[in-house]
Amino acid sequence: MEAKELYEKTARRFPGKVSEFNGDVLEPYFYVDPSTVVEVCTYLRDAPEHRFEVLSDLTALDLPKQNWIQLVYHLYSYTHRHQAVLKVNLHRENPRVSTVENVWKAANWFEREVFDLFGVIFDGHSDLRRILLPEDWVGYPLRKDYVEQEEYDGISTERAPLVDKLLR
Amino acid sequence: MKPLINSLPDTVFTTKVDSLLNWGRASSQWYMLFGLACCAIELMQTGGPRADVDRFGCVPRATPRQSDLMIVAGTLTYKMGKRTKLLYDQMPDPKYVISMGSCSNCGGLFQLAYSVCKGVDKIVPVDVYVPGCPPRPEALTEGLLKIQQKMMRERWLVKKPAAEDSVEA
Repeated sequence: MEAKELYEKTARRFPGKVSEFNGDVLEPYFYVDPSTVVEVCTYLRDAPEHRFEVLSDLTALDLPKQNWIQLVYHLYSYTHRHQAVLKVNLHRENPRVSTVENVWKAANWFEREVFDLFGVIFDGHSDLRRILLPEDWVGYPLRKDYVEQEEYDGISTERAPLVDKLLR
Repeated sequence: MKPLINSLPDTVFTTKVDSLLNWGRASSQWYMLFGLACCAIELMQTGGPRADVDRFGCVPRATPRQSDLMIVAGTLTYKMGKRTKLLYDQMPDPKYVISMGSCSNCGGLFQLAYSVCKGVDKIVPVDVYVPGCPPRPEALTEGLLKIQQKMMRERWLVKKPAAEDSVEA
């Protein structure tokens, strides 16, 4: 199915919640309102003309100028061999969205990774812990305003000045 | 009195006990397998038939309890740093550390990353730094020979001065 057609069908089904289709890029995308993410995703998975069985990837972008954290959902259908990209804009101060873990099981670890590196809270997630970094890590490192701590667990994070090291 | 030199049969050698101990220690450096990244591939090459560090008595061990030497080969993250300290503490004395490659020397290419430790010497004391990204097997062999030289210089039976024995309060 063409991306434009997919967008129009979804927009008819969820009026006012789906917007801003962009078809001029390699992977066309559209925006989904944060309040209806689960409904839109369930519809795209179950509707016989869409059948997006797979969540290929779920990642995020930090956009401080727009004050957004933008979630990006990559969907793929093995039945129809087509793909779709959804984007969800969240406020940077309090990024919260419902989990899609009950739609695609694979979302569990993706959402944990986004939580780990961006600090997005996924409401209803069964096991929202850090997945890559240690559990006592401070801050969310892929945010643009992340500041490296002085030390981690007694290990200094200071870098040796290169010239001094060569002179020694 | 008859001089001692050349007075013994050919099968008997005379030496100092320290030298004998050091010779034994230097000729059987069992290193712990501690490959963390791509340097581990060169570490395997060094143990393989072409470089063959086995001829110096360097044999890989899979446990810190049997190891004399830790070769930190690869990018060390903070998460792994805690484990490195634990493994180092589990090794029996006397123990030595080789920091292999740019990453474990100073963080290397990844030193600007938030998760990478800026050198293994921030966690455990290092005896020999091997530069390179990754170092060739010849370079690591050189590092092992440097450790051998260091071992041969040590004097374990000499009584140390009291200041060195005292542990920090």
